[in-house]
Amino acid sequence: MLQLLTFSVLNSVLYGMLLFLLASGLTLIFSMMGVLNIAHASFYMLGAYLGFEITRLLGFWPALVIAPLLVGVLGALVERFGLRRLHARGHVAELLFTFGLAFIIAELVQLFWGRMPVDYRTPLELGSTAFTLFGTSYPTFRVFILVVAALVFCVLLMLLTRTRIGLIVRAALAHPKMVGMLGHDVPTIFMLVFGLGSGLAGLAGVLAGPLFVTQPSMAETYGPILFVIIVVGGLGSLSGALIASLLVGFIQTFAVSMNVSLADALAAIGVAAPAGMFDEIWAVTIAQIAPVLPYGLMVVLLIFRPTGLFGRRA
Amino acid sequence: MTTAVHSRIPGAIIGVTAGLREGAAWGLGALLLVALPMLFRSDSSLAILSISGIAVVFALSYNILLGQTGMLSFGHAVFYGLGGFGTIHAMNLIADARLPIPLPVMPLIGGCIGLLSGALLGALASKRGGIVFAMVTFGLGEMVSAAAPILNRFFGGEQGVTTDRTALPHMLGLGFGPQLQIYYLIAAWCLLSAGAIRFIAGTAFGQIARAARENPERIEFIGYGMRRVRFTAFCLASFFAGIAGALTAINFEIMTVANLGAQQSTMVVLATYIGGLDFFVGPIIGAVLVSVMQVSLSDVTGGWQLYLGLLFVLGVMYAPGGIAGLLLTSQPGERLRDRMAPRRLVLLAPLLAIAAGGVLAIEMAYQLGLRSQDGTVRRLAGIPIDCASPFPWLVAATLVVGGGAILRRAASRAHPGSTR
Repeated sequence: MLQLLTFSVLNSVLYGMLLFLLASGLTLIFSMMGVLNIAHASFYMLGAYLGFEITRLLGFWPALVIAPLLVGVLGALVERFGLRRLHARGHVAELLFTFGLAFIIAELVQLFWGRMPVDYRTPLELGSTAFTLFGTSYPTFRVFILVVAALVFCVLLMLLTRTRIGLIVRAALAHPKMVGMLGHDVPTIFMLVFGLGSGLAGLAGVLAGPLFVTQPSMAETYGPILFVIIVVGGLGSLSGALIASLLVGFIQTFAVSMNVSLADALAAIGVAAPAGMFDEIWAVTIAQIAPVLPYGLMVVLLIFRPTGLFGRRA
Repeated sequence: MTTAVHSRIPGAIIGVTAGLREGAAWGLGALLLVALPMLFRSDSSLAILSISGIAVVFALSYNILLGQTGMLSFGHAVFYGLGGFGTIHAMNLIADARLPIPLPVMPLIGGCIGLLSGALLGALASKRGGIVFAMVTFGLGEMVSAAAPILNRFFGGEQGVTTDRTALPHMLGLGFGPQLQIYYLIAAWCLLSAGAIRFIAGTAFGQIARAARENPERIEFIGYGMRRVRFTAFCLASFFAGIAGALTAINFEIMTVANLGAQQSTMVVLATYIGGLDFFVGPIIGAVLVSVMQVSLSDVTGGWQLYLGLLFVLGVMYAPGGIAGLLLTSQPGERLRDRMAPRRLVLLAPLLAIAAGGVLAIEMAYQLGLRSQDGTVRRLAGIPIDCASPFPWLVAATLVVGGGAILRRAASRAHPGSTR
């Protein structure tokens, strides 16, 4: 039991931090420009595929640097030549643009790498065992991901709160016009922030690619979960995104290891499960509904706190 | 010019002529629906017509949200799918219990199921507007399609749920076995739904919804609750989506989990937007176009979805009114007549060059990528092209870059000083 608990906690934190790598960029972009980048998960997918390709050509360490950079540059270009032109036309146009972009990226990825998963494996350098606990080993690669994610979080926090660049970015976030009047190039700041956010998504892709499966549907899988995190955490709140990411990480990881169903719970209190068209509901275990749980969390939150955990009033 | 002419005509007469024109358009539409199967007789074209009819209802229902009320939903297929699944189960139930309910009323059942599920999920989704609404519908759609494979008895798992439409009681001697009868059933429901949606747009609610799209804050100040407006629009859209789902169930006699998934939701967004949000015929044009593309182009090229996506993004950037906007807008300078002025027609050449180069590159990439087992030679317009040799790639690059350069020069000449 203790073994299961320890490893589940480790994996939850790992998964949550990976989600946060994605969500932080998305929130940063949103709070800055009011743009929800639907293609954010597609940048994550591109990161994984580019990571796979560069690992094959040059090795994992170059991939870890080059792939996020490439994705970041792509993101900056998307902002410069796509979103910036649409900004005046309002949010629906921007949303639809990034939506179409996600559609195109998904198609292009299939065009270049096929519809099947690619063989993106844990790099040999990190294939060893980090430590053994209760007779179960924990891979170095997972520890590495955890360290990188934590590092990124700290650097990002430092950058935003302790440096002059961060000061200007935060100011541009709150009062873009005033910052512009003070002589800072706000559109370029926006472009760089968009590039940074996309690059973080790309980094998450390079790291998560070997851990999960690198396939064309990975953007589709994580896109909606990211929205859940943003809505649950409260729109535009970085700390909210962290809490919500970890929450979703814990919920999904722990749910997978629970083989309890509603029927079991009912039997425990001595009630028979009612029959009918949907009577399968009673036999479904928590492990089976793990993919649905984050959305359930969103529904609960919408009922009781529509602005999200850390959201301000709309 | 037109406004000057109109100002001399009393308003009542404009109303009458506009009404006459609208009536004539509806009559023409109905006539077209009746006549189409006589013009296109083959089985495959009848199938395309049926699919298009369903897609039209679906897209029109979506435009109640996006075009009319300004709500961007990414989970609209949920109500389409649930309506379809509900209809299939209702049909099987009716056939088993020998109830005296004929097939043509089944779409009403699908609509009611769509309405019910729409009311349930809409109560959650309509709490917030704008971007949050879009995200929440994304999440809710994903929730339903993630939950569907678990509930095997209702959703039928991998194989889906099937039915036999001929097992239902006959009506007026019609057995609804042949596709032609099904087409006319779909056409009738299409016309009925379109009429109802058009009627709703003219009611007080329709006006408020349109006003809410333009300025939600002001609507709140006037005293209407935005949440209620959003909720009503959501329910109405779900109702008509349910009808479309029911028609799909009748047409294919099978529903699978894919019918309520993200792919289906995406298609309706693309179709509606490409057709044009601001005009009633926009979604109709878009739905027919996408259906025809889906059926005919998917045989020719594996990249048809890529073309659809590119068309969509280009539309968002350069033609926000969609196809209907290009054809029907009355803004001077935006009209097709103005856009097609002789001096601008010259621009068609570089545009076509870019398009040709783009298609060439995409098709060659597909040949080398997904179709690599068929060799590297691809026939395009009858010409065999070896995709592995650099020459065709050079041609494609020249077409795109050259066309782009000419277009840029022309644009900067048309708007001197602008940096675009």
